[in-house]
Amino acid sequence: MWKWLHPYAKPEASFRLAGAFVPWFTALAVLCLSIGTVWGLLFAPSDYQQGDSFRIIYVHVPAAILSMGAYLTMAIAGFIALVWQIKQSEIYVAAVAPIGAGFTFIALLTGAAWGKPMWGTWWVWDARLTSELILLFLYLGVIALYNAFDDKALAGRSASILSLVGVINLPIIHYSVEWWNTLHQGASITKFAKPSIDSAMLWPLLINIVGFGAFLGALSLVRFRTELLKREQRRPWVRQLLLGTGEA
Amino acid sequence: MNPRRKQRLLVVVSIVVGLGFATGLLLYALQQNIDLFYTPTELVQGKGPEKVKPEVGQRLRIGGLVLPGSVARSQTSLEVSFDLIDAGGGMVTVAYEGILPDLFREGQGIVATGELVAANRIQAHEVLAKHDEEYMPPEVAQSLKGMEHFKPEYTEQQLHGSAQ
Repeated sequence: MWKWLHPYAKPEASFRLAGAFVPWFTALAVLCLSIGTVWGLLFAPSDYQQGDSFRIIYVHVPAAILSMGAYLTMAIAGFIALVWQIKQSEIYVAAVAPIGAGFTFIALLTGAAWGKPMWGTWWVWDARLTSELILLFLYLGVIALYNAFDDKALAGRSASILSLVGVINLPIIHYSVEWWNTLHQGASITKFAKPSIDSAMLWPLLINIVGFGAFLGALSLVRFRTELLKREQRRPWVRQLLLGTGEA
Repeated sequence: MNPRRKQRLLVVVSIVVGLGFATGLLLYALQQNIDLFYTPTELVQGKGPEKVKPEVGQRLRIGGLVLPGSVARSQTSLEVSFDLIDAGGGMVTVAYEGILPDLFREGQGIVATGELVAANRIQAHEVLAKHDEEYMPPEVAQSLKGMEHFKPEYTEQQLHGSAQ
């Protein structure tokens, strides 16, 4: 059933596959981010209550969604790394963690910048904000753990364990606004009912979410390739690729 | 699947499930403490299954909707007082001295931090506006709601019914 996957277990095959996806993700990211951002920031109507301040949604919401999405992919990769012990998934865990941390940081920063004028405070310790902060710490923990060991096999395994354990935080972040009283508002688009956001404002947001996703994909694949080369630097295929010689 | 992988799968899955269960229990136990604020009903009738009421003098946060028509501003200072309500029918009066956030208006959800000075009166030292998840252009808001921001779930009748 999974036979078609087997050739990609070879590092050079997954290196090439990742390389083939990078230009597509990059093109999609550039396209969506430019359309979505220009549309959202310049042409979408301003909010009836918040005026133009609401436009931070076009950065905040995609960054927040993808900070969780990136974590989910990292946890799945960690799970595969632990059970099937495939080196590439350990490398993916290490590759995506800093990008996810960046997205989380952007979400926290833009949220604080919006919170000051709208709520009247930069930060409150409500469930949503606190659990998102914990997500940032989880990412930092995974990065630190991966870099703490010289033995990269051990490093990959410990980072995978932490990423898998931290996945429990994801439903907490998502449902925090429903389970508890929070200052943060409820979900506007990620719910089954009709989105509580006008369609003229929603379209650029959705485009930007796709753009952020493609950006995440492109960046993490580039980092994946780099990390794979580093881990495999003594192997003949890397030498052949980088030096152009058969046996160096 | 070979037996070693199967065993690893079992161990990993049971660790995650166990941790998830433990976290669930932990959050369930802390349920009341994670809430950012009391609602007016919780303040008046008590919170949780034991109906624990906060004591007078306690510092707390209260969150609810500003009852339309209840905002009273002082003519000579920044003192302001208003009533907070929620769907449960509780009502709490909040007194505050200072500048209110931009989003503060009647019918708006707010969160106030302060000291409980009487059973249903709070002297606040911080008032935060709680924005809801609805975003729309002004024209749509006009046609949809007739007027200013107003949460659709709370009808006029509900608001006045709970004010008595």
